[in-house]
Amino acid sequence: MQAAPAAPLATPWAVELDDATVAFRLADARVYTAVERARLSVAHGEFVAIVGPTGCGKSTLLNVAAGLLKPAAGTVRIFNEPLTGLNRQAGYLFQADALFPWKTAVDNVAIGLEISGASRAEAHAAAQKWLTLVGLGAFAGRYPHMLSGGQRKRVALAQVLIRNPKILLMDEPFGPLDAQTRQIMGNLLLDLWTADRKAVLFVTHDLEEAIALADRVVIMSAGPQSRIIGDWRVPLPRPRDIFEIRLEKEFHTLHREIWSVLKDEVLKGYAQSTGETSAV
Amino acid sequence: MSKIRLLSLQLLVAVVMIGLWQLLTTVPIFGRLLLPPFFFSNPVDVGSQIVAWFSSGVIWKHLAITLWESILAFAIGSLGGVLFGFWFARQPTVAAVFDPYVKMANALPRVVLAPIFTLWLGLGIWSKVALGVTLVFFIVFFNVYQGVREVSGTVLANGRMLGMNERQLMRHVYWPSALSWMFSSLHTSVGFAVVGAVVGEYLGSAAGLGYLIQQAEGVFDVAGVFAGMFVLSAFVILIDLGVTVVERRLLVWRPDAAHQRV
Repeated sequence: MQAAPAAPLATPWAVELDDATVAFRLADARVYTAVERARLSVAHGEFVAIVGPTGCGKSTLLNVAAGLLKPAAGTVRIFNEPLTGLNRQAGYLFQADALFPWKTAVDNVAIGLEISGASRAEAHAAAQKWLTLVGLGAFAGRYPHMLSGGQRKRVALAQVLIRNPKILLMDEPFGPLDAQTRQIMGNLLLDLWTADRKAVLFVTHDLEEAIALADRVVIMSAGPQSRIIGDWRVPLPRPRDIFEIRLEKEFHTLHREIWSVLKDEVLKGYAQSTGETSAV
Repeated sequence: MSKIRLLSLQLLVAVVMIGLWQLLTTVPIFGRLLLPPFFFSNPVDVGSQIVAWFSSGVIWKHLAITLWESILAFAIGSLGGVLFGFWFARQPTVAAVFDPYVKMANALPRVVLAPIFTLWLGLGIWSKVALGVTLVFFIVFFNVYQGVREVSGTVLANGRMLGMNERQLMRHVYWPSALSWMFSSLHTSVGFAVVGAVVGEYLGSAAGLGYLIQQAEGVFDVAGVFAGMFVLSAFVILIDLGVTVVERRLLVWRPDAAHQRV
């Protein structure tokens, strides 16, 4: 399936990180460099997955693209415009629960439209439609605590997509879910994305998930001073079913190839994290 | 334990206590009464006093006064607590500057303020309201302050990414979070509003349940004191039931509230 041809634009890139370095000042005045000189571009309608060992600064990079963090050096461009403040073109799906616990599912989804000036009735109608799209049409009146983890993720997805952002940033969104629910959510995400291709930046630590979902897989080295050390194109055809695609031969070849690079970083990251904890 | 069994055991406790009370105040044991009626009255006298108050209707006026004072104290104290709690939580500098004074004011036993309020505001209801306000204010203030400061960072970031401006964050994130903390202390703050009203009345007034108790005590009418205490307890329990109903409606979204009370 081909993406609908967008209007000709000055740049093919939705997100461009140019030598972005992110540093934090620690309590003891030392400077911790989380990500060093990251260079990454995401095209219109492209699904890019970032994979790396725990603590490598994948989420940090995503927060930079969202405008939640300012890079210490380097530039961020969104549709060729330098990013100042929050990224208004982007929707962000968080790893942790980010729904408003005091709002029902339908209110949670409607809020994005309501705050941008839509009438309550209008926003609710649209929210109900989106809830149905993510398979929760019958759960509109439930509060988040009455929903399962997977259902909450569906609501969160609808909450983000209802605003029709041009860029979708996802921070290990299915991380807290069990394996089966993750796959179901992966397919749901692909279905929704195929209908209306947005640029997606998807952070995960699960290489299989990354290959199954993405057009490109980007690998980051173990932190600190983590860098982007690899960039693979995923040649698998779309539409994909992520239950099935794991059985393809190409999937395995690519997985083996990327894993040979990623493995060293994972072990390095693991050694560092255990070394650090024993030192504390 | 089944509901009926529990209820009958609870009733049994009341029957035994009242029975003992009646027995020890009226039947001499080894030639003397263990509980002299002058100090302890007896259940029959206390009961007939309560019946007399209700059948003559005098009690309603006093109940109404106490209720009105409690409502005013709760409303004014909550409003102040919410406003200041919000302001302090959003302005860390203000909070830091006023911190020692807030602690000092909160450390003060509020009863000592009653004479001052009587001097300033007279013997009417407002001196009682003021006392209740000083009690309610701090409970609501601390809870709202906490509620605003402990908003989850992820929920806040989510609000920002969904495009909320500061005013909308206030309305859709900070405000509900602060309210949920305030409502979780609703029982305490309503209770303190009643305490403020009754203590104020007791220390100097012309009407109210505290006044009734104080008057009875002044003429050594022990039955009157006990009767006043029982009416007061029933009054507080009824208010507390009302609060529970309100709470259940307002906090449906909270997992703990919903689970506890279903």
